[in-house]
Amino acid sequence: MRLYRTCLVFAGALVLIALAAPLLAPHDPNGVDLGAAVSGPSAVHPFGADGSGRDTLSRLLIGSRTALLGPIGVVVFSTVAGAAVGVAAGWRGGWLDTVLSRGSELLLAFPALLVAMLFVALYGPGLLTPVVALSLAYLPYVSRLARGLTVSEKRRPYLDSYRVQGFSGLAICVRHLVPNIAPTVLAQSTVNFGYALLDLAALSYLGLGLPPLTPDWGAMINDGQDAMMQGHFLPAVIPCVAIVLTVVAFNVVGGAWADRISRRAA
Amino acid sequence: MIGFLARRLLELAGTLAVASFLVFGAVYLAPGRPETFLLGGRGASPQLLAAIRSQYHLDDPFLVQYGRWLGDVLTGRFGESVQYRSSVLGLVGSRLPTTVTLIGMSLVLVLVFGIALGWLGAVRGGAADSGVLVGTSLALGTPSFVAGVVMQSYLAIRLHWFPDQGSGTGFADLLYHLVLPSIALSLYWIGMLARVTRTAMLDVLGQEHVTVARGRGVPERQVLRRHVFRNALGPIVTTAGLIVTGLVISTVLVEAVFTLNGVGAFLEKSVTVKDFPVVQAVALLIVAVFVLVNLVVDLLYPFIDPRVALGAREGDA
Repeated sequence: MRLYRTCLVFAGALVLIALAAPLLAPHDPNGVDLGAAVSGPSAVHPFGADGSGRDTLSRLLIGSRTALLGPIGVVVFSTVAGAAVGVAAGWRGGWLDTVLSRGSELLLAFPALLVAMLFVALYGPGLLTPVVALSLAYLPYVSRLARGLTVSEKRRPYLDSYRVQGFSGLAICVRHLVPNIAPTVLAQSTVNFGYALLDLAALSYLGLGLPPLTPDWGAMINDGQDAMMQGHFLPAVIPCVAIVLTVVAFNVVGGAWADRISRRAA
Repeated sequence: MIGFLARRLLELAGTLAVASFLVFGAVYLAPGRPETFLLGGRGASPQLLAAIRSQYHLDDPFLVQYGRWLGDVLTGRFGESVQYRSSVLGLVGSRLPTTVTLIGMSLVLVLVFGIALGWLGAVRGGAADSGVLVGTSLALGTPSFVAGVVMQSYLAIRLHWFPDQGSGTGFADLLYHLVLPSIALSLYWIGMLARVTRTAMLDVLGQEHVTVARGRGVPERQVLRRHVFRNALGPIVTTAGLIVTGLVISTVLVEAVFTLNGVGAFLEKSVTVKDFPVVQAVALLIVAVFVLVNLVVDLLYPFIDPRVALGAREGDA
């Protein structure tokens, strides 16, 4: 419980930091201070500077924006699209269910990182391409869950009673079914946030994510590796620590929510 | 059994066929004209472009092109790398030993430490269990490339215990060069397997047959091994399948960190320079591994738990 609260506070603080990053950052994240290149922590550069003399703290703060924005995009896209596919398959059944379920199964055979790399190979790097690719890769996990929940919910009498009153299938789904399955689906999506952050950071580390000048944690690690080979560890290790702490915090919070919801449902 | 195997193999072929269609179709739909990719950004005269279009049959209808490509793939011809101007099969084949060794070493680490830690947490409880929970939380937040970079900085560059990059020469040297990469690759999955093992064993530990076995005076070691772990194997094997496929795709990252000359790094470089024949071949290879591992897990299931019918995993119900 103490771990959960710590993580919740950390995650909340991170969101605030990301929102206020331009105000908090002491330097221009791309500003070059050659005299400070690969310097350790100092009053001017609290976390030191990287091989090109860019302030690590400023890059870390500004980088937190893309680090959170990307996974939010993936989670929103994959949840909305996945829920739509899953509910449609579970509600209509028949051939639509077969086609959609088979399609999801097929997508599951493509690891998320591979889908993202294929998309980047085709459409070039950027923020949007990896986010769309990962949303597609995560879609089957959401749709499978939503389909299962819809099928079991459909058997409940309250939905029949709406049908008898003459509501259309679409209206029943949107107004009554979706709100009832939403908590479980959203809990799964919270957990997906952590995975998406890891995958996006990995792509950005490989240089397949954001454009080179954008400060991003994954790219910072890649930049920092050169300085590391010369024995200066901070520029690479600090973003590593940021990624680990962020993912752990969001995983713990998401896991706790998922637990709470499944206990309430049981 | 034979019928099941035949049906699953047919499904497998179907999945691969559709996957190949997607992989080929994606490249076909890519923005930009294929001959410019084939030239790798170099300028060319209209005559050369026309020659390339006819050499690669780019003016044929889509389905004809796909059919020809699929026929080539089925007979083991994956075409020529644009970047290296030599056969994709040879290029991938020469990089396969490094990657397979890396995956093998990591899988051993994951199975040994994942199961041991999960067992420890479930059986000991108390401080050991808390330690396992915190440790696995941390591992599950640490992607392989982060673990790799951190270990590279301290264990290789500062302390010089291990080489910081490259695959070395000869098999023994390769193993030495792969120590840090395999630890980096396995850390996340050790966390996952430990979690699954712990939960599965705790589930079984709470069941009546365990109490009965203990009541009858069966030694605790035997209770744990034969009655608890044996029954917890189902989820462990399912997760192990997931882990093999996860290791396969994560080699891309770890090989990039340690500049290993493997298939993963090759895929990454080919994506960067849009070397599509290589990307298509490696993507298909990865999907094939994915599907095959799933088949193996399904086949293993009835051996682990005779109550489960062939093809029906636990939790499917």
